Amino acid sequence: MNTKNLFDKLKKSQLLLPVIAMLLVMAVNIIHDAFTGAGAFSFFTITLQNTTGNGTILYGRIIDILNRGSEAALLALGMTLVVSASAGTDISVGSVMSLCASFCCMLLAGYGVSSTNELAVPLILGVLAGMLMGCACGAFNGFLVARLNIQPMVATLILYSAARAIGLLLCNDLIVYVRNNSFGFFGSFLGPIPTPIIITAVCVALLSIILKKTALGLYIQSVGINSKASRIAGLNSKMIIHLAYIVCGLFAGIAGIVASSRITSADSNNIGLYLEMDAILAVALGGNSLGGGKFSLAGSIIGAYTIQAITTTLYALGVSTNQAPVFKAIIVIIIVAIQAPPVKAFIKKKSLSKSSKGVA
Amino acid sequence: MEDNVVLTARQISMTFPGVLALDRVDFTLRKGEIHALMGENGAGKSTLIKCLTGINDFVNGEIHVDGIEGPVHNHSTKDAQNVGISTVYQEVNLCPNLSVAENLFIGREPLTKFGTIDRKSYTAKAQKIMDDLGISVDVTKNLENYSLAIQQMVAIARAVDMDCKVLILDEPTSSLDDEEVEKLFNVMRILKNKGVGIVFVTHFLEQVYEVCDRITVLRNGCLVGEYPIVDLPRLKLVAAMMGKDFDDLKSIKSDENSKIFDELEISARGLGHSGTIKPFDLDIHKGEVIGVGGLLGSGRSEMARAIYGADKANSGTLKVKGKEVKINQPIDAMNLGMGMLPDDRKTEGIIADLSIRENIMLALQSKNGMFRLMSKSAQNELADKFIKLLSIKTPGRETLVKQLSGGNQQKVILARWLATNPDFLILDEPTRGIDIGTKTEIQKLVLQLASEGKSIMFISSEIAEMIRTCSRMIIMRDGEKVDELTGELTEERVMKSIAGGDKK
Repeated sequence: MNTKNLFDKLKKSQLLLPVIAMLLVMAVNIIHDAFTGAGAFSFFTITLQNTTGNGTILYGRIIDILNRGSEAALLALGMTLVVSASAGTDISVGSVMSLCASFCCMLLAGYGVSSTNELAVPLILGVLAGMLMGCACGAFNGFLVARLNIQPMVATLILYSAARAIGLLLCNDLIVYVRNNSFGFFGSFLGPIPTPIIITAVCVALLSIILKKTALGLYIQSVGINSKASRIAGLNSKMIIHLAYIVCGLFAGIAGIVASSRITSADSNNIGLYLEMDAILAVALGGNSLGGGKFSLAGSIIGAYTIQAITTTLYALGVSTNQAPVFKAIIVIIIVAIQAPPVKAFIKKKSLSKSSKGVA
Repeated sequence: MEDNVVLTARQISMTFPGVLALDRVDFTLRKGEIHALMGENGAGKSTLIKCLTGINDFVNGEIHVDGIEGPVHNHSTKDAQNVGISTVYQEVNLCPNLSVAENLFIGREPLTKFGTIDRKSYTAKAQKIMDDLGISVDVTKNLENYSLAIQQMVAIARAVDMDCKVLILDEPTSSLDDEEVEKLFNVMRILKNKGVGIVFVTHFLEQVYEVCDRITVLRNGCLVGEYPIVDLPRLKLVAAMMGKDFDDLKSIKSDENSKIFDELEISARGLGHSGTIKPFDLDIHKGEVIGVGGLLGSGRSEMARAIYGADKANSGTLKVKGKEVKINQPIDAMNLGMGMLPDDRKTEGIIADLSIRENIMLALQSKNGMFRLMSKSAQNELADKFIKLLSIKTPGRETLVKQLSGGNQQKVILARWLATNPDFLILDEPTRGIDIGTKTEIQKLVLQLASEGKSIMFISSEIAEMIRTCSRMIIMRDGEKVDELTGELTEERVMKSIAGGDKK
C-alpha cells in the first residue's frame, strides 16, 4: 500500500482525531524541549541505564508514559466493550481494581497478616484468584445490567462504592504488604522492559485476535446498536452484554494486580482511585460514541496513552501536581471539542469552501 | 408566484456520497389540493421531502413559500414549521416513553402566565385534539402502550395541530387499517377545504385515486412530470414510475392452486402466549405459502412471534418436521430452520449503523456461532450475491444500511434471512412502505421459494397481495385464530371473514 492510500484511509477513519491529539501532545513536548535546550527530540530518546535493583533497563519519557499508562489502557479495553454493548459505562472498575489487589495480596500473605516476605500460597494461585475476582465483579455488574435491566451507571455504582470496603474487609482493615520479588515482578521489569508494558501489550494482542478471529466484535456492535433486532437475528443480546461486563471486570482485575505489584502492597484506599474516569475518557478520546454501537479498540488505547502523555508532559513542563488537573481538563476539553459533530461539520465546511475557491 | 400556489421548489439537487439523489427537480403545491408524490424506492421522494423540511441540506435550487419574501432555506424541521411546513414521516418519530399529550405538544407546550407548563389545559387540549380526529386514546398514557397505527395517528394529529400551510404525509397509511385510513382521509379533506396544501406520499395506488387532485412522479432522482389526476390513469402512472410498461401483477401466480401438500413442516397445537395470542392450532406444509389476514393488532404478528420464539410461547406444543420442539428464543427457531422478517423494520429489523455486508451476514453468523467467523472473502461474496440477486440499490456493500431507502433496507433484511437458507420463513408485512416494482419482486420471490420446497408464512394488510401469493389463509381477530380459508380465495370471502362473517 502506498502512503497516499494510507493517508486517505486514515482521513476517513475515526482514528484521525485521536492520532492528531496524540501528535499535538508530542509537539508540545518537542517545542518545550527545544526551547529549554534539552535537545528537540529528548522526548523520544530512549536510553539504557544501569540501576542497582533491576539491572539494565530502558529509560525515557516514552517508556515512562507507556509504563504509567498501562492500568488506564487495560481498563480502557474492557470499558470499550461495555460502552459499545450496553451504551453505558462501568464506573466500578477503579474500585474493582482495588478489591482484586486486596484479594490477591490477602491470599498471598494469609488472612490477617499485614506484612510478609514469604508467600502463603503459590504466586500463580493468588494472581488467578485476583483475576477471577475481577470476573466475578464483572459478572455481578453484568447480571444487574443485562438480566435485570438496571441502568449501567446505577448498577455499577454499587460496586463503585462497595468494592473498596469489601477489599478492606478481606484484609482485616490493614494495608497488606507482600515484600516478595516474585510478586513485585508484575510492576517492575522483564529484562530491560517494564513488565506492565508487556502485560498490556499481551492483553491488547489477545483481545485484538479474539475480535478479529471470532464474531464477538460484530455481535457486541450489533447488540449495542439495536438489541431487539439482534435478538430476532438470533443473537443472545443479554448474554453478550453480560459477557462484555465480565471481560471488563477481568481487565480491571489484571490492572489491579499490576497496580499493587508496583507498590508491593494492597493499598485499598488508593489503588485505582479515579482511574475509572480516565478509562471512560480514554474511550471517548478514541472517537468512540458513549451512546454505544460501533467501536475502535485502537482509538481507546491511543486515548488512554494520550491521557498519560498529558500528565507526564505537564510534570515535565514543571506544572505542580496540585495544579495539573486544571491543565489536564483544559486539554481534554479541546480534544473532545474538536471531535464534536458541530465542530467537525464546521471544519469540513471551511475546508470545502477553501478548496472550491481554489478551483475558481 | 402564482396566486393560489403555496409552495414551489425549483431545480432542487441533492447529493449523498456517491449518489446523485435529486437532479434538478421542480415541485409545485397549490392551496387546498392533495398532491401525490409518486415514485419507486430510491426515486427521491423522501429526499425531496427532507429538502423541503430542512433535514437535508440541498446543493442547488430554490424553495418559495407563500407569504414569505425571497427563497426559503430550512436548516431544521423547526425552521420548516416556522414557515408553515409540517411533516409526518414514514416511520413514527415520536418518543414512546412520553405520554400521548406530551408527544402532541413537545417543543411547544402551552404555558401559564408564569412561563411554566400549563398541565391543566395540557391534557384537556390533547384529549380534544384526539377526540376531534375520532381516535379513542387516553392521552395521559405513554405512547408505547399503543399500536404502531395509533402512534402514527398521534404523529399526524401533532402535525395537523400546528397551524400549517403545507402538510407533508410520508407514507402515513402504510401501517393503518382501512377504517383508520378512512379517518385520515376525512381529516385530509377537512384540511384541504381549509386551504392547506397536502403532499401525500404513498405506495397504495388506490389511495392516490381516492383522495388526490394531482400527481408528481419522480424516477431515479429526476422529475418525470406533474399531472392532474384525470390525465393519468393507473396503468400510465405505473408506467411513468417504472419507466417501462407494467408487468401485470396478476400474472405472477401460476395455477398451482391444486397442488397437494402432504409433508408437514410446522404443526402447532394449542400454542399461545398469554396476553397477546390465544392458543391456536396450525399446520403448515412443505412448499406452502400460507397467508395470515386480519386487522392490525388482531394477533397476526403475535402468532408468528409465538412460533418463532420472539415471544416465548407459554402454552401448547410445537412440532417441526414431525418432531416436538421447545423454542425459548429466536436462535432455537433458527437452528430448526426458521427465519422471521419482523414488521417493524426500524426497531426490529435493521442494525442501522452497520454496513449492508454486516447486516446481511448477521443471521447466518449467529447461526454458525461466535467462534466460526466467516472469512472476509466469504462475507463479501455473500453480500455481493444478494445485492445482485435482490437488486439492492447501493454504491457498495460497505454502505451503512441506514443510508438506504426503506425498500432497499427491507431487501437487506430479506437477504439476511435468505442467506440462512431457511425451510420456514415468516414474512411479516414484507411489502409495507415499498414501491410497486419491489412489491412484485418480493411476491415473485415468495412463490419461487415455495416452489423450491420452502414454507412461507405471509402476513400482510393487503388482501389482494395475499390472494395472489397464498394457497391458504388464516384469519385472525382479537388475538384469536378465527378462520381458515382454503380453496379459491377471493377478496370478498377474505373481507367477510375478517369482518366477522355472518354477523354483518
